[in-house]
Amino acid sequence: MPSNEERWLDAEAGPVVRPYALTQGRTRHTGESFDLVATVMATRTLADPGSLAPEHISVLQLARVPTTVADIASDVDLPLGVVRIILADLRELGLVVIRTPVVMAERIDKHTLREVLNGLRGL
Amino acid sequence: MDYGVSDPGGNRQYRAIKILLAGGFGVGKTTLVGAVSEIRPLRTEEPLTEGSLRTDSTAGVEGKTTTTVAMDFGRISLRSDLVLYLFGTPGQQRFWFMWDELAIGALGAVVLADTRRLADSFPAIDYFERRQIPFIVALNCFDGARRYDKEDVRLALDLEPDMPIVLCDARSKESAKEVLITLVEHVLMTASEEPLSGIA
Repeated sequence: MPSNEERWLDAEAGPVVRPYALTQGRTRHTGESFDLVATVMATRTLADPGSLAPEHISVLQLARVPTTVADIASDVDLPLGVVRIILADLRELGLVVIRTPVVMAERIDKHTLREVLNGLRGL
Repeated sequence: MDYGVSDPGGNRQYRAIKILLAGGFGVGKTTLVGAVSEIRPLRTEEPLTEGSLRTDSTAGVEGKTTTTVAMDFGRISLRSDLVLYLFGTPGQQRFWFMWDELAIGALGAVVLADTRRLADSFPAIDYFERRQIPFIVALNCFDGARRYDKEDVRLALDLEPDMPIVLCDARSKESAKEVLITLVEHVLMTASEEPLSGIA
């Protein structure tokens, strides 16, 4: 169990822990799978963040505004597989919801395609 | 610290749309993504599968159970609730396990090709054709590369007559934009030929 005493590391210290050590060796996450661009959102204020590992807290903080799995993985600079496990942990604790992008359910509708087209033209 | 969340029930949903960018090594995928979007690094440290164990020599590192694949992606915010994600996919077949995930729900794909090494784009074209993922071909016009006629390239790549082929300069924002616009227009055209499914 990670404790506060282990939180002396900063970014400059570099990765001194093998990535999958953060997940206690787990390489597969629990529950339903989710896409790289699935939207992650924190559900509530955490009264006692100290009970979570620092990486879990970082991920949770990034999810205060809706953000994607890919963006989170890039921001925390951890391998995608590790971030997925952390996200699934947070989901199991009810701290985040992970929503499959609308476009995954069916083919992208024409209305959205036109919006994308107009958006690109306006860049 | 306040972990307040924007109203999850209200407003429009955040829409993230994937576009894949495929092609051989060194063809300019990262350059193109960087020309048109805010580029972000992504590390995917994947557990080694039996498939990758056959191609990745693990001699001397027998304890190694993961392999690191660095990948870039680009973000283009079209609106606050509509964001395009460009994923440059490593071309080699051993990375196809990643493509499978990236391809699900993707708007479509761009196969970036270099006329000097057209064969490098065969696996990508094959992949998208088999999975019926709409795609276009963009020819990155490298300095010094002989310009080919688009129709010669169409023949060489055995592409359908209505498959868009665009010439581009992966370093130019306008050119990269044009490539993406061509893809979306192609997808729109293809979509209008088929009855929309999933609508009651």
